[in-house]
Amino acid sequence: MEQIHEVKIQETKVQSPRIALYKSMLKRFLQNKLAVVAGMFIVLLLSSALFAPVIAPYDPTTQDYAKIMNPPSSEHWFGTDEIGRDIFSRVIYGARVSLQAGLISVGIALGVGVPIGLISGFYRGFLDEVIMRITDALLSFPSLVLALALAAVLGAGLENAMIAIGIVLTPNFIRLVRAEVLAHREREYVEAAKASGLRDWRVMLVHIFPNTLAPMMVQATLAIAAAIISEASLSYLGLGTQPPTPSWGAMLSAGQGYLSEAPWIAFAPGIFIFLTVISINLFGDGVRDMLDPKLK
Amino acid sequence: MIVILFIVSVIIFSLVNVLPGDPALLKLGQEASPEAVEKLREEMGLNDPLYMQYIHWVTNVLQGDLGNSYVDNTAVTKILMQKIPVTLELTILSFLVAILIALPAGIISASRKGTLWDYSGTLFALSGVSVPPFFLGILLIFIFSIGLGWFPPSGYQPFFENPLNSLMLMILPAITVGIRLSAELTRMLRSSLLEVLQSDYIRTGYAKGLREKGVIFRHALRNALIPVITVSGLQVGSFLGGAVITETIFAVPGLGQLVVNSILTRDFPVVQGAVMFMAFAVVFINFTVDLLYSFLDPRIKLSGGAK
Repeated sequence: MEQIHEVKIQETKVQSPRIALYKSMLKRFLQNKLAVVAGMFIVLLLSSALFAPVIAPYDPTTQDYAKIMNPPSSEHWFGTDEIGRDIFSRVIYGARVSLQAGLISVGIALGVGVPIGLISGFYRGFLDEVIMRITDALLSFPSLVLALALAAVLGAGLENAMIAIGIVLTPNFIRLVRAEVLAHREREYVEAAKASGLRDWRVMLVHIFPNTLAPMMVQATLAIAAAIISEASLSYLGLGTQPPTPSWGAMLSAGQGYLSEAPWIAFAPGIFIFLTVISINLFGDGVRDMLDPKLK
Repeated sequence: MIVILFIVSVIIFSLVNVLPGDPALLKLGQEASPEAVEKLREEMGLNDPLYMQYIHWVTNVLQGDLGNSYVDNTAVTKILMQKIPVTLELTILSFLVAILIALPAGIISASRKGTLWDYSGTLFALSGVSVPPFFLGILLIFIFSIGLGWFPPSGYQPFFENPLNSLMLMILPAITVGIRLSAELTRMLRSSLLEVLQSDYIRTGYAKGLREKGVIFRHALRNALIPVITVSGLQVGSFLGGAVITETIFAVPGLGQLVVNSILTRDFPVVQGAVMFMAFAVVFINFTVDLLYSFLDPRIKLSGGAK
């Protein structure tokens, strides 16, 4: 009798290399406890900003002259300001302004800087020279001074402040993307893509661009922190968000006049700017280590 | 460098010329008749094409004439001459603060890697780059002026008039500006020193019986400081940016406060002059740092390097 040998093939789950890579990246990120805590703070802040009308116990602009400069209490967690507005509610609404400023300014900088950086690095030559010299010139200005001048040109207000900060941040992204493109443009896979007859824009977008993503994400995260400080600085100087919209910078500026009587007016927004910026920086460090442990 | 300075001048000129508000109207006041405004526009060359205005402006700038303030008709050069020493004093003191903090913090962090000292240094560096200058300034005023009464909360006195009083007034602004640089320098010095400490010549130093102090101060620090010097030079821009906010908080009448006030009052010639001075200072200092860099480290050649 012929024996039939049954060969049992044990079914094993074969993970695609991509999923395995994501898993190892996530694992690396989770090992960085500080970055995880920072990430949780950012998520909390984002949700508070998103659901501000639900979370804030009071209207951020309602004035109550019976409760002027009340210290923190169970009724008003962070106290009230010089015209009786609830500071906790204003801080929550202020988070909207700050996060919006951070995200949109960096969005503008990415939108403008990435294509210019790609083109500059890919084509080199005269165009690259011109772009680089303009970038150098823009980087010669102290960033806050340039943002201030641009905000003055465009007019005070949150939208214009975001555009001004976006323009100021753009040269950094142009340089970063250009440097990455230069590092990749002579590689074999780019040569192969060109040789197969692909158009330039396809080589740039489909083949080179994905390789610039990792350093760009890190830079973008850190730029959000810088943008938040810049927006707060412009608002502090009166060229950013205009009253009555609550913004952390303007709240701090107003609170400075009452430091001896009611320090909480300035401290609450100040502490939140600090916590937000340090969290974004820590989170950015975590993302950097996650994407490329060699960069550490 | 000349090309960059040229582009900088074009940017400043364009920015100021698109600022809202008619300079002639600003100079004469809102009540001025349209004829008078038009006459002044003609005199000021504001009706000329933009490129002609630019050429005229640059020619004057090259001759040291930055125009006059619209507010009080004082020469911009004269105003800058009054303000520059104030910001220079703040910059020097801030730099001293930064070095006094960063040197020990960076050295301790690197030589005691992985200890509580190292973690404290790293935490300090992270907090220093994350704290906005206006919040730090307000915090310092609250603690040292209002709380302890050690330093005045605001004001300025020239150093040569009364050095002690000047320093008392400048110490809080200098800490506000200096902390950020000290944080950057601590981070930089730590990583640069850690790298140097792994070199063969350091091992040789230990092997021939040198003490840790001797190895760090006589051998490692000299090489580790090279990138730190570059970072310091590149921070001039952020120093001047920090001065804008800090001078406003502490009412220090320097270049930063001048920029803010002239932007708010639309005093175009002053904005142009002050911003241009700042940008030129950054370009010159970066250039000097580049030269210094190759002087300090003969392995680095300025020409023929990788692009």
